[in-house]
Amino acid sequence: MLSIQNIHAAVEGKEILKGINLDIQPGEVHAIMGPNGSGKSTLASVLAGREEYEVTEGSITFLGKDMLELSPEERSREGLFLAFQYPVEIPGVSTTNFIKTALNEKRKYHGLAPLDAVSFLKLMKEKMQLVEIDKALLTRSVNEGFSGGEKKKNEIFQMAMLEPKLTILDETDSGLDIDALRIVASGVNKLRNKNNAIIVITHYQRLLDYLQPDFVHVLYNGRIVKSGTKELALTLEDQGYDYIKEAFGATTI
Amino acid sequence: MHMAISQFNYIEEKFEALQTAHPNVLLNEVRQKGFQTYQTAGVPSCKNEEWRYTPVNNLFKQAFLFSDNKAAINAAFVDSVRLPESATANELVFVNGLYQPSLSTIRSANDEIVVLCMEAASADARFADILKAHLGKSSLYVQDGVHALNTSFINGGVFVYIPKNTQATLPLYVYQIADTVHHPVLAQPRSLIYLAESASLQLVEHYATSGNSDSFTNEIMEVVVAGNSVFEYYKVQNDDASANQVNTTHIRQIGKSYVHTVVITLSGGMIRNNTNIIMETPGNEAHMYGLYLLKGNTHADNHTLVDNREPHCFSNELYKGIMDDAATGVFSGKIYVRPHAQKTNAYQSNKNILLSEKATVNTKPQLEIFADDVKCSHGCTVGRLDEEALFYLRSRGIDAAQAKAMLLQAFANDVVEKIKIDSLRQHIETLIANRLSLQTN
Repeated sequence: MLSIQNIHAAVEGKEILKGINLDIQPGEVHAIMGPNGSGKSTLASVLAGREEYEVTEGSITFLGKDMLELSPEERSREGLFLAFQYPVEIPGVSTTNFIKTALNEKRKYHGLAPLDAVSFLKLMKEKMQLVEIDKALLTRSVNEGFSGGEKKKNEIFQMAMLEPKLTILDETDSGLDIDALRIVASGVNKLRNKNNAIIVITHYQRLLDYLQPDFVHVLYNGRIVKSGTKELALTLEDQGYDYIKEAFGATTI
Repeated sequence: MHMAISQFNYIEEKFEALQTAHPNVLLNEVRQKGFQTYQTAGVPSCKNEEWRYTPVNNLFKQAFLFSDNKAAINAAFVDSVRLPESATANELVFVNGLYQPSLSTIRSANDEIVVLCMEAASADARFADILKAHLGKSSLYVQDGVHALNTSFINGGVFVYIPKNTQATLPLYVYQIADTVHHPVLAQPRSLIYLAESASLQLVEHYATSGNSDSFTNEIMEVVVAGNSVFEYYKVQNDDASANQVNTTHIRQIGKSYVHTVVITLSGGMIRNNTNIIMETPGNEAHMYGLYLLKGNTHADNHTLVDNREPHCFSNELYKGIMDDAATGVFSGKIYVRPHAQKTNAYQSNKNILLSEKATVNTKPQLEIFADDVKCSHGCTVGRLDEEALFYLRSRGIDAAQAKAMLLQAFANDVVEKIKIDSLRQHIETLIANRLSLQTN
């Protein structure tokens, strides 16, 4: 589904990703862990198509297409979804209208007619229950005045509405209390199936306890320095990143 | 014949002719004072701080002519520029600054609204004293030659009176139409609106042009709001690029009352709006909103004034601007708090988005506070579209142009939502959505 090959990326001339390779198949959950500054969020930004990140080398193929040739909106319509670490507040844009526009743009891209109001509301109701989001939030402007937990729930709600093929959860667990984490994680689990895949970017084990990743990758200094199964995450939780730094620090430039 | 209007002889001759042809004791006196001010103050240049960014003197170098009898606006034209639901409300039509009773319709009952030509009102025993007491009071605040020029030529204006305890009058739509088919026109509409105690009025003013020549509308509307009354004012400027205007909406709250103004500027040539609110009694409340959504070479200058002369008044002001192409915006917001006006609450905010490299805005909040127990705040911002919000929308599959339109509409809506007449608000929403090429779903 997603094939990342030797990706190098820079921001303002500073190279942050220094040769990332990663292959993701449908149905898989990959966790990407690593200390601050290792390049985790940069990888998410490069995948989503943020223009300030310059890819200097390498290729990304998503569902058979050259992803680097696609605009952020085209990537989304192809089936990519980034759950933001810091979802943006957009005063004056209604959440419902925003999601309806997004959904219908995607349908148009795939040659489908827009959803009528009744079908849309029915779908909203169904997905609202799935991710346990309060209806009142959806009548407000996008993320405006939402708590941290509400913003993350709204991300998962949008994921549920757009039914992406590949979701990137960028530190979705940050700033969540235990209850919100459980609701968010259970929402994600309900949306998992054999046709879609998830990349979970996180510092901590606790979200992974819920999501049970198939693979865990450790990103350090712009490279994936270690890959393994979910047990690797437990080792990291146990020993911290210091042992990674000790083992791989010397090899970095 | 086609000389610049600043040619002194032309204006002097016109003035003398008016004083002689339409003698009226009250009006002659007011006009005379205006003309004296015009002669001494002259037309302001950019060196005048109040006109620093709006070169109104350039208009005076053009060959505008006073209105003549050639104007031929008919009912069909009025119909073509009507706002929704206007045809079931009260309508006043001005052509080239002159009130046209034959094109105007009052649909409210006689005891709910009185509309008279200013000349008739000054001779009417019921209203002569009101006119005498209130006509021309804006000259105490606006003392430049442009304002004085209007006052020098008060003629064909209108007087509107809302009697005591009249709450249910239909909205009043005022159409200012410039007929420039034959030549460039200087139009100088003048009106005095008086709300007696416990009255309410929604007034909508709209501008339109017939013809391709330039126009210069130099307008003064004076509004007097008595105690326990509610006055709502809506201005819609969506005229041709050839339509220039300077207008003063001067609202005096002479009893504890409520005023709500919304000024929407979408297109035109050089536009200057003076919106003044004078709080002459304690406990007044005023809300002032403005949106200027500009493109091309349109220039929109909003000068606002809130004068807190008495204690316990409240005012809130929000003006927002979006400038594209080579458009220019100006905002200057003055708040005076007089020494006596303790417990004043006065808030002001001006926010701007520039969409192109050539677009500019100048914003200047001015608070002059002479009392010590007050709450006042002001703030202004000038920026570009929020890139982070734009990316968020795009990351959900919404294309860049549509995402931009959604963000701009949201920005504008903070002002548009303050329009309390539903049909007018929806009309403006549609105009803005079309302008932004916003797709609706």
